[in-house]
Amino acid sequence: MKQRISQILSALLYNSYIYGFIVGTIYQGNLKFLNCPGFNCYSCPSAIFACPIGILQFFTAYGAYHLTLYTLGFLGAIGTVGGRIICGWGCPFGLLQDLLFKIKAPKLKIPSFLYPGRYVTLILFVFIIPYVTKEPWFSKLCPIGTLEAGIAHILYNADLRQFIGTIFAIKIIILAGFLAWMIVSKRPFCRTTCPLGAIYSLFNRISFLRITVDKNRCIKCGKCHNNCPVSITVYENGGATSQCIRCLRCTDCPVEAISYSFKLTR
Amino acid sequence: MIRFIVRHSPKIIFLLAVVSIIAGVLLREPSQVFDQAIRICLSCIGIG
Repeated sequence: MKQRISQILSALLYNSYIYGFIVGTIYQGNLKFLNCPGFNCYSCPSAIFACPIGILQFFTAYGAYHLTLYTLGFLGAIGTVGGRIICGWGCPFGLLQDLLFKIKAPKLKIPSFLYPGRYVTLILFVFIIPYVTKEPWFSKLCPIGTLEAGIAHILYNADLRQFIGTIFAIKIIILAGFLAWMIVSKRPFCRTTCPLGAIYSLFNRISFLRITVDKNRCIKCGKCHNNCPVSITVYENGGATSQCIRCLRCTDCPVEAISYSFKLTR
Repeated sequence: MIRFIVRHSPKIIFLLAVVSIIAGVLLREPSQVFDQAIRICLSCIGIG
């Protein structure tokens, strides 16, 4: 319940410029120099922060030294504190995935060979391809941009509709594919594609936030695995795996074998 | 108690991240972020 409230409040905070949807434009105020910790398109009419993945691509393609210390430092600081905690508690797209998975439908497991896909997305579409082509190719295909910005601006702005072409069609197909996948699988975008989650997951092993499992207490009832939104077998893998989104649902353990803590030392 | 987490000096990495932010600020990156983020991203919309 706390996690759901946090997800909703985060989505509202990131998108608090509701006026943008009334007038059909985007927020251009002073907060736009700040990076959004969660995945939220900065061209969404209500967005008040900058999308870090969009910014990384921009600097990779056009920056004087092809990277941004400001944004990488920001993501590193969050990652060091909580690993993928933003994925679990402060990402609007994560919330959407959690809600869509509640729809009654046949459910499918995600094959583990797809898990490294998010690193491939990060390296190829956020760094290498934008550097080579000088085009932000992840943004061109990003389903979040389509959902939050593309559809809204096309609906609001008749002048933009004449420019709809192949890329927009591909974006709609990608979005539709992910939305359908979200109904049948737990958090497919987070687990296979999200470049922001890929960056945060690098910090899961070293973050101040720790999840510990007391194997002497664990009765392997499987409740943590069933509760886990990314299907981790917590009593075997713990919370240090790169898949863990630090939602802490696993700590609702009947024998209190799983716990979390913030520790600055080893 | 079995710990699954290997600790690799998170304090140092956090410090590096903060230094990185400060360096980025000194290099005036936030103003470039601002300039980029206040424009409608045509690629995000799917028409650019």
